[in-house]
Amino acid sequence: MTGLPLNVDWQQILLHLFNFTILFGALYILLYKPVRDFMENREKHYANIDSKANQALADAESSKASYEEKERNLDEEIRARKSSLSKEIEAERERRLADARSEAEKLIADARGEADREKKEIIESAQKEITEMVTDAMEKLTLEQTASDAFDQFLDAAEEADK
Amino acid sequence: MTKKERKKAIIIFAVIALVFMIGAIMTGGHGGEEESVQVVMRDAVMHEVNRVSLFGLKDVNPSLIAAFIVSGIMILFALICRIFVIPRFKLVPGKFQLVLETVVGIFDGMAKQNSHINRFLGAYIFAAGSYIFTGTLFELLGVQVITTEGHAISLPAPLADVNGAIMMGCLSYLVIMSGGIAGNGIKGIGKTLKDFSLPISLSFRLFGALLSGALVTELVYYYTAMSYVTPVIVGVLFTLMHALIQAYVLTMLTSLFYGEVSEKVVKPPKEKKQRGRKRKTVVKEAA
Repeated sequence: MTGLPLNVDWQQILLHLFNFTILFGALYILLYKPVRDFMENREKHYANIDSKANQALADAESSKASYEEKERNLDEEIRARKSSLSKEIEAERERRLADARSEAEKLIADARGEADREKKEIIESAQKEITEMVTDAMEKLTLEQTASDAFDQFLDAAEEADK
Repeated sequence: MTKKERKKAIIIFAVIALVFMIGAIMTGGHGGEEESVQVVMRDAVMHEVNRVSLFGLKDVNPSLIAAFIVSGIMILFALICRIFVIPRFKLVPGKFQLVLETVVGIFDGMAKQNSHINRFLGAYIFAAGSYIFTGTLFELLGVQVITTEGHAISLPAPLADVNGAIMMGCLSYLVIMSGGIAGNGIKGIGKTLKDFSLPISLSFRLFGALLSGALVTELVYYYTAMSYVTPVIVGVLFTLMHALIQAYVLTMLTSLFYGEVSEKVVKPPKEKKQRGRKRKTVVKEAA
C-alpha cells in the first residue's frame, strides 16, 4: 500500500503505461499504419483515375467546341476554297492559252519563213531556167548564122567526147 | 427446419432452462453472499482483498492482469491481420476488410477533423479507443483467476481500475501536450497547462463510468434472484454501450483538446501603435 486514496499505486500505473505503450506500438505497426497506407494509396489511385477522366472529358469538350466552330465556318471555308480553285483554274486556262498562242505564232513564223525560202528558190530556179533558155536561144541563133562554124564545133565536140 | 420442428426445439430449450432454474433454486446456493454486498462493492473499487499475484513478483489489482491479457489478445489479432488479411486487401473491399477500414477510418477521420497535425493523434486515439472498447468487452468473457486469498474471481475491465484509468487519463493529457508543443512550441505547453484539471477529469470520468458498469454488474450477479434474464440486459447491453460510449468520449475529448492546443496562435495587431497612427493621420487631416 502506498497510502494514496482509492488504492492508487504508482507502480501499477507504470505497469499499465508499459502495457499500453507496447500495445500502441504494436497496433500502429501491425494494423493502423498498413491499413491507413492502403486506404491512402487507394484514394490516390482513384483520384488519379478521376483526374485522367476529367482531362479526357476536357479534351473531348474542347474537341467538340472546335468541331462546332469548324462546322460553323464550313460554308465560308467552302466558298473560299471554291473561289481559290476557280482562280487557280482561270490562271491555268490563261497560261495554257498563252502557251497555245505563242506556239501558233511560232508555227506561223516558221511557215512564213519556209514559204519565203521556197519562193526565193522558185524565183532563183525560174531565173536560172530563163537564163538558160535565153542562152540556148541565143546559141541557136548564133548557130544558124554560122553553119560552118557549127560543123566545126560539132567536130570539136566529138573530139572532146572521144578524149 | 419446418414450423413443427422449430416449435419442438423451442419447447425443449425452455424445459432445459426451467430445469436449470429449478435446480439452482433447490440447491439453495448463496451466490456471492459469502461476502456482504458492501465488501463486494468496496473491493470492486479499492481491490483491497481480491488481489492477484503477478508471476509471484507482486500482488496487483486484477485489472492489471486483465490489461495484459487484453493487450496480448489485441496484439495477436493485429499480427494475424497483418500476416493473413492486410496483404490480401483489394481495391473493392470485402466484409472483414471493410470492418478494419471503417475502424481505422473513424479514428483517422476524427484526428483529421480536429487537428492539422494528425498523424500521431490518429494512431493514439485508434489504440486508445480500441483498448477501451476491447477491454470493456473483455469483462463479458468472465475469465477466472485465483486471488491471493484463494478465491476465484472473474477479471474486470482493465480500465475499471483506478490505476488503469489514471494511466489512460494522464497519457491522453501528455499526448494533448505533445500536440501543443508540435503546434506552438513552448507556448503549447502553457496552453495545455491552462487545462490542468484535464488529466483528473479524463481519468476519473473513465474510471467512474467503467466502475459504475462493473458495480451494477456485480450487484446483479450478487443476488441469485437477479441472476436470470437480467444479466443479459445488464451484462451484455450495458457493457456494450459502455464500451462504445467510453471509447468515443475519451478519443473525442483527446482529439478536441489536441486540436485546440495544436492550433497556431495568430498574434492580433498591436492596438496602441494603430491608435497612435490614427491620431497622427487625424491631426494631419485637420492641419
